[in-house]
Amino acid sequence: MHQFIDRRANPKGKSHGNRQRFLRRARDNIKERVDRSVRDKSIQDGDGVAAEGEKVTIPSKGLQEPRFFHGPGGNRKYVLPGNKEFVVGDAIPKPDGGSGQGGRKASEDGEGNDDFSFTLTRDEYLEILFDGLELPDLVEKSTVETETIGSRRAGLTTAGTPNNLNLVRTMRNSLGRRIALRRPSAQAEADLKAEIEMLAGLPSPTEAQAVLLEELQTRLDALQRKRKVVGYIDPIDLRFDTHVPEKIRKSRAVVFCLMDVSGSMQEREKDLGKRFFLLLHLFLSRCHEHTELVFIRHTHVAEEVDEETFFYARETGGTIVSTALDKMREVIAERFPPQEWNIYGAQVSDGENFGNDSVQCRKLLLEDLLPVCQYYAYMEIVEEDADTVLNNPEAGDDLWQNYRTVKAQAPHFEMQRVSHAAHIYPIFREFFLPRIKGGQNA
Amino acid sequence: MLDVKPGSNLLFEGPEWSFELLEKARDAIEEIALKDLGLNVYQNQIEIISAEQMLDAYSCTGLPLMYQHWSFGKHFARDEALYRTGRQGLAYEIVINSNPCISYNMEENTMAMQTLVMAHAAFGHNHFFKNNYLFLQWTDADGIHDYLAFAKNYISVCEERYGLDAVEEVLDAAHALQTQGVFRYGRPPKPTAQELEAMQRVRDGHESARSLLDIWTDTTLGKSKEGEHRDEPFSARRKSLNLPQENVLYFLEKHSPILKPWQRELLRIVRMLAQYFYPQKQTKVMNEGCATFVHYYIINALFSQGRLSEGAYMEMMHSHTNVVLQPEYDDPRYSGINPYALGFAMMRDIKRICEAPTEEDRDWFPDIAGQGDWRAVLRNAWANYRDESFIQQFLSPHLMRKFKLFALVDDADQKDLVVSQIHNRAGYKEIRRALAQQYDLAYLEPDIQVTDADLSGDRRLILSHTVRDGIQLEEENKREVLRHLRTLWGYDVCLNAVETVVES
Repeated sequence: MHQFIDRRANPKGKSHGNRQRFLRRARDNIKERVDRSVRDKSIQDGDGVAAEGEKVTIPSKGLQEPRFFHGPGGNRKYVLPGNKEFVVGDAIPKPDGGSGQGGRKASEDGEGNDDFSFTLTRDEYLEILFDGLELPDLVEKSTVETETIGSRRAGLTTAGTPNNLNLVRTMRNSLGRRIALRRPSAQAEADLKAEIEMLAGLPSPTEAQAVLLEELQTRLDALQRKRKVVGYIDPIDLRFDTHVPEKIRKSRAVVFCLMDVSGSMQEREKDLGKRFFLLLHLFLSRCHEHTELVFIRHTHVAEEVDEETFFYARETGGTIVSTALDKMREVIAERFPPQEWNIYGAQVSDGENFGNDSVQCRKLLLEDLLPVCQYYAYMEIVEEDADTVLNNPEAGDDLWQNYRTVKAQAPHFEMQRVSHAAHIYPIFREFFLPRIKGGQNA
Repeated sequence: MLDVKPGSNLLFEGPEWSFELLEKARDAIEEIALKDLGLNVYQNQIEIISAEQMLDAYSCTGLPLMYQHWSFGKHFARDEALYRTGRQGLAYEIVINSNPCISYNMEENTMAMQTLVMAHAAFGHNHFFKNNYLFLQWTDADGIHDYLAFAKNYISVCEERYGLDAVEEVLDAAHALQTQGVFRYGRPPKPTAQELEAMQRVRDGHESARSLLDIWTDTTLGKSKEGEHRDEPFSARRKSLNLPQENVLYFLEKHSPILKPWQRELLRIVRMLAQYFYPQKQTKVMNEGCATFVHYYIINALFSQGRLSEGAYMEMMHSHTNVVLQPEYDDPRYSGINPYALGFAMMRDIKRICEAPTEEDRDWFPDIAGQGDWRAVLRNAWANYRDESFIQQFLSPHLMRKFKLFALVDDADQKDLVVSQIHNRAGYKEIRRALAQQYDLAYLEPDIQVTDADLSGDRRLILSHTVRDGIQLEEENKREVLRHLRTLWGYDVCLNAVETVVES
């Protein structure tokens, strides 16, 4: 009469649709908080966004579900338990604000003035973080895709190699055919044989038995003939799995992180650089199946290093920017053929460069790097109080000036100045906002 | 571990549960519930779910087939955050008023808890759902799942056809008026044959019957009536529109000048569900009291039969004690009167009055004092009362003394709260009346009715809020709800406060 049902194995995420609607509803608020969170984010922890998601707190305004209910005031009566010393007529000071049930009712719905906190999954977080951003240069030059040939199942055929034989389907056909054509079973044959043997073994068969034996013998012959004609497995039963070759497109990207680590780059400058690289990596890993990072640091010489060394090792020396660009060119030539990889360059520097080297940088960029890059971003970190420099793109050192001429010629080259962590994200967005470009790789 | 030793009478040993043990426990519980207590229950469908699924069920007001709306996502996110940070536990079970009666049990429960929960939900709540007059009159336990399936499907089709935003707008507005979407006093006017036909068409597939619908929808019906009464006075208009109307959603569904048929159907869905839940809101004390009384009785009966180990019994009693804890008003844990505690105590008290009444009980409850058959008295109470009338009828002086109840008067004009009654001879009646009123939804929820709408004139919708004891509506929410109301009505809406003096 009463039954149990085990629902534990039912698919999870039944409320997924509700959650989507909720995120959609609160999108603007969430977006603002996510943007702010990335600005204030400490980037000590490896890749920045925890795998289990990000906690966000949004104002509950706009998410309220209003109802008619009684406000404070008026003449009310309450019944409470636990009287200890009161007698009729005792006066008790009102609790704060004197709000009675009205106030309590309001907070029951979780709709006080409190902010609303919940956890976004990593994917939701990134989706919102990079909402509206686009890969640069997609208009003119499609991303590089490598094609590998894979295979995909494509149903069944009647011909094929034995290793592709689909046993289940073959046996199903075989069984059906055997039933339809009334193939005698091995059991029936064995029974008949046993009976014949029994009769044949009789020392003195009666006439009836002899006739029966004869008849059984005929039946056995017919049965065996039929079993031979209707085979256990017939070629028409055979079914083979087929696979068709399929082109699998994969896009791979490599991000070159170039940073000046000479004496003039302090903790603050490196931290700003790291935030920028982090965002770039997160963003690009959403756009490509596979993203690699190459870290190149330079003083007066450049070298490729691992992430740890890149951000935390100290180095002294002069500053020759072109060495890093040269290194990048080398690495590309060695390991990342541009026809297989989408190449992105991101460079962070404080803008200082040795002597006449900036001209060399411009040349390297224009002639060697930009033609193979999808995008190249240069971020210059300036002093915290250097507002005049920050707001005046025309002022700047040798390197800045040279890069400006590069920018004038290459639309997929971007440059910006930054002095605070809070600037990074807006500038990052600016880099990747969709725009109409005239890529020179067209 | 799982197998009970031969010769032992125990239903189970150890904390682990299995489906065989559950079935065994269920049979033992059923025996007591039906034969001893004389309960009458719907067939049970007990579903074992995980914590995640319990959270899902939470956010959708417990109904497994709820339609989709962002507010459920919001509740889910909030409950999940509270649960994950350990600030809120999950219920052991959720039970749905349906036939068969579905209850969800958490997989984390121990076998002892599963047993307790089965007795509580699958028999206690189940009996209440099947027998209480409010549920019988106002809800359709047989049809609720079909209706929910229809609603969910209908709304998702609307979302596809008219867009998420359009559907969300109507649902938001309807949700805001949910508490005004129930018939409290009278049964809803029976739909006319034409209306039924129109509804049927809407359900059968509105695409094919759309043109026909224009002929048959309620708007056009309303319009023709409106034509007839064009020059007639206010009273005739009120009569034709069935005014005053307490069910605002119903009124909008039938008479809003701007809503399209699918929008009317959405309003209908929201108000049907509000009506479905309305009995539950009116019977919190009784429903929980009934379930708690039943599980308490059954557990004790099982224990005295030697079918529960002492460990299991202690575990159940520990949980039971937590559930019926009533902190006093000055306790930091106090958050109102605990419906489990009050309901359970009152039902136990009824049993006591039936079996061993005092002189006082004989004065107060001549009908039942010493009557002996407490089972019949309780079954009668479960069937024929709601919280307000139950308290008014059965709260005894004995229990008022035990809870040490006292009444406070909170007058906005006065500086202090004043103790108006305490648990003594002079105060019993008044405290009982005041407590009963605290459970009267008609008193707790604002009384808002549609009083006039001149469909042929300026089409302004006039509602009135009957103010009792000077208690006004909360302003900010009122503004928001009126904004939603305007969306649904399409024309000007005004809400008048009507002061009344209620002599006590």
